[in-house]
Amino acid sequence: MTDNIHPLTRAALPGLTQRYASEKRFRLIGLSAVVLSLSFLVFLIGGIAFRGMGAFVQTEMQIEVSAETVENHTGSSFALMRKISLENFEASARSERRLSVSMVGEGADEDLENALADLGSFSGTARVWVRASDDIDVAWKADLDPEMMTTLRPKQVEWLQALANEDRLRTSFNTGFFTNGDSREAERAGIGGAFVGSLLTLSVCLLLSFAVGILAAIYLEEFAVKNKFTAFLEVNINNLATVPSIIFGLLGLAVFLNVFGLPRSSSLVGGMVLALMTLPTIIIASRVSLQAVPPSIREAALGLGATRVQAVFHHVLPLALPGMLTGTILGMARALGETAPLLMIGMVAFIADVPGGFTDPATALPVQVYLWSDIPERAFAEKTSGAILVLLVFLLLMNLTAIIMRKKLEKKW
Amino acid sequence: MADVKSQVSLTRPNSKLREQAIKVSLMASSMIAVLVTIGIVFSLAVEALRFFSEVNVFDFLFGSEWSPQTAMRADQVASKGAFGALPLLAGTFLISIIALMVAAPFGIYSAVYLAEYASSKRRAVLKPALEILAGVPTVVYGFFAAIVIAPAIRGWGQAIGLDIASESALAAGLVMGVMIIPLVSSISDDVITAVPSALREGSVGLGATKSETIRRVVLPAALPGIAGGLMLAASRAVGETMIVVMAAGLAANLTFNPLEAVTTVTVQIVMLLTGDQEFDSTKTLAAFALGLALFVITLVFNIIGNMIVNRFKEAYD
Amino acid sequence: MTVTEKKTADQQAPAEEPKIVATNVKVSYGGRDALHGIDLEIVARKVTALIGPSGCGKTTFLRCINRMNDLIPVAEVTGSITLDGNNIYAPEVDVEVLRRHVGMVFQKPNPFPKSIYDNVAYGPRIHGLASNKQELDKIVEKSLRRAGLWDEVSDRLEAPGTGLSGGQQQRLCIARAIAIEPAVILMDEPCSALDPIATAKIEELIHELKERYTIVIVTHSMQQAARVSDYTAFFHLGDLVEKGETEALFTNPKDERTEAYISGRIG
Repeated sequence: MTDNIHPLTRAALPGLTQRYASEKRFRLIGLSAVVLSLSFLVFLIGGIAFRGMGAFVQTEMQIEVSAETVENHTGSSFALMRKISLENFEASARSERRLSVSMVGEGADEDLENALADLGSFSGTARVWVRASDDIDVAWKADLDPEMMTTLRPKQVEWLQALANEDRLRTSFNTGFFTNGDSREAERAGIGGAFVGSLLTLSVCLLLSFAVGILAAIYLEEFAVKNKFTAFLEVNINNLATVPSIIFGLLGLAVFLNVFGLPRSSSLVGGMVLALMTLPTIIIASRVSLQAVPPSIREAALGLGATRVQAVFHHVLPLALPGMLTGTILGMARALGETAPLLMIGMVAFIADVPGGFTDPATALPVQVYLWSDIPERAFAEKTSGAILVLLVFLLLMNLTAIIMRKKLEKKW
Repeated sequence: MADVKSQVSLTRPNSKLREQAIKVSLMASSMIAVLVTIGIVFSLAVEALRFFSEVNVFDFLFGSEWSPQTAMRADQVASKGAFGALPLLAGTFLISIIALMVAAPFGIYSAVYLAEYASSKRRAVLKPALEILAGVPTVVYGFFAAIVIAPAIRGWGQAIGLDIASESALAAGLVMGVMIIPLVSSISDDVITAVPSALREGSVGLGATKSETIRRVVLPAALPGIAGGLMLAASRAVGETMIVVMAAGLAANLTFNPLEAVTTVTVQIVMLLTGDQEFDSTKTLAAFALGLALFVITLVFNIIGNMIVNRFKEAYD
Repeated sequence: MTVTEKKTADQQAPAEEPKIVATNVKVSYGGRDALHGIDLEIVARKVTALIGPSGCGKTTFLRCINRMNDLIPVAEVTGSITLDGNNIYAPEVDVEVLRRHVGMVFQKPNPFPKSIYDNVAYGPRIHGLASNKQELDKIVEKSLRRAGLWDEVSDRLEAPGTGLSGGQQQRLCIARAIAIEPAVILMDEPCSALDPIATAKIEELIHELKERYTIVIVTHSMQQAARVSDYTAFFHLGDLVEKGETEALFTNPKDERTEAYISGRIG
């Protein structure tokens, strides 16, 4: 044995130093796989947040209104808005008149009407804020980046610069984005209708899938005799959980719409389709939480003379319920983000009105995202990302609720 | 004895009936799951059969030309080749394979790290974080693929002199791959954890380093299970709709070039059924035939995948 | 340097010189003591049996000798164990080198899900002990011969190792361990999962192996300890109660606990 080399160190085994290096490399590759996957997530959500934050605010411009014009005007506020636009931008040529009118946005007349009502009677001139058109909105939010002003005419750019220099542009919170229904005009389009549509759809889905899912789970876990039929049921449920969602849409189309004749595009049918889709998820989660209830609880109840039904409904179910709810929330989160099956049953039409009931034509948040993503106008790209952000916030809240419930549950057992 | 019997009744006639009713309703609820399956199979099969009375099954499965638009006109309904699904199936598999090529390395290496290296604290944070990727709605991935990834890929292609379609299979496949990373990773994680520690000890006891043990013993042992997991992931990719609707092409294109635009089964189902048309047209019936094909393909993938994974887990129980 | 020429320190040392010296070895799992201060010398090229009732710490001690306890994050080992005078718990020691010299055979046969050949070749391959295929073939054949398995498997080296019978699997694991020419082989109840015939074969093998290797065997069978070992150490509740030559310990135990155990009153 050589004196200066410790026989149990890497110096005594040729190649070990390289093996250690490859060990480090391997570990690093594993870590970077996780980190890269997560950075894609950050990139995805960050990119959409970056694009979509603008949807929550809208650009307004300050216009001058002379008391004289208002007093002399007799027609609609829409016509008044036109007149005031012409005055403000001193448009004389016929072509300029059209350009000046399209500086203000759809619904600016309402802003004007409200502002005048607030002002009451006034003399001379007053300045009021009205919403700008979507092209102005896009340009102003991009800090008048020339690349984002390609849709504006040179004259309009000139006016826009002038407004900017006089500090007569601002952004304010866009309430309409949350309350309005869909619109062909970007400055008026909102997710209100889609949101209510999602709400109605999810209520139907929850009602059906929760009730049926839990009852089915109780049967399978507590009452079913283990035989070939129940084994078939189980395989069936597990396979249903992996059926592509679009297939459920086809089922809804063929059965709910064409056989039962239920109203097309309605949140009722949407909810029913999503309920069928989430049912297996809820059954599986509910069975797991029933399995987690110790058998001693059942035995104790049965030992006191309770029937099986009593033992399950009075003692086992209350203990399993939180776990079942957790699974249900996760199922609902999935249903909320689902688009494809809703396309199949016609929830993809342009619907300007906020739906008032379960049988009204409706869309849902993710479908709205899909619809808007198809519109080439720039202003709608921002709306699309904005709608996605709202959708993601809801999903986050639902998942957090589920996680917190699960944590509480763990402490209990 | 007779007295006692008259006082203690051992039967409860009133509640018997109610109990029975409750049990029946419980059973009925679980039967709904079967009804759904029957409903799916029947509605798809019935409409598909009507479709196949107009279009030959073999022309549908092996025809290389897909152009449902021409068949809209009554005189062309019988024209052969317009409903050849081969390009759609090829497109579907092309995009799924790209997705798996992304998801497999990322998913498996992530699983190796999480199962073998990460401390339990780090694992508790990273694993759910990775799961978020699976919770993001597919419409979001589709939007992102269409407005960020596809233009970026096209831009890179131009920079190196490659002409890449703006709706390339590559863009859709890459994003879909990211979406199924958590699926691959969680199944691989399960499978890797199921490899008995006796095998790890056997290797470490011979003086192997951790990575040598993982690469030469654990992963080869886990391979069948991981392959089963990839089958399940492939089934997800084949059935995925929104990403391809938004980021893949519409034109049927029989190609295996990932830089070209291809269309998929799900894209065509959506295209055939959205918009206004008569329900009984060959076009809408074709959507159900495609639906049936999709259902069968994903079912087969799932059954095989589950069988492999379960057999693997049982082998080491 | 080829494997056959390599002389381990063991082969140069005089027969009675201790190969392994454990001094005051204590192990605790997350604060719970499993071993309280073990002092034991293990003689070169002899078989030392560790016996005692289950949970007495004999396996824990065995796993200290090639630092397999390192795999358990909460395990804490203090004291010193030397191999040929070198402290194996010294900070500069690389466990891979240690384990290359101190092989291990486990309670349940754990062949890798690979071919018989690849199982035996695994160790030489990772440590780079063979420079070509012929050398590797030689090592595999020699190891299988020494493990008494060659005649049974020579015609199906490419068959999976997991397809062998339990006793064959365990001998395959022994072949796998000796393929890297360790100085010491640790055996953790190697026959507990085997039938009596397979057990007899392994015991016979141990007899042959001790000509070349220092063997430490954990067993819960006193008969087995009596049959195969030269020295025996009796563990009880984390203490080393008694140690000595096997014959002396079994015929004339000094401690009453040892006597109680070998007469079947505790265990």
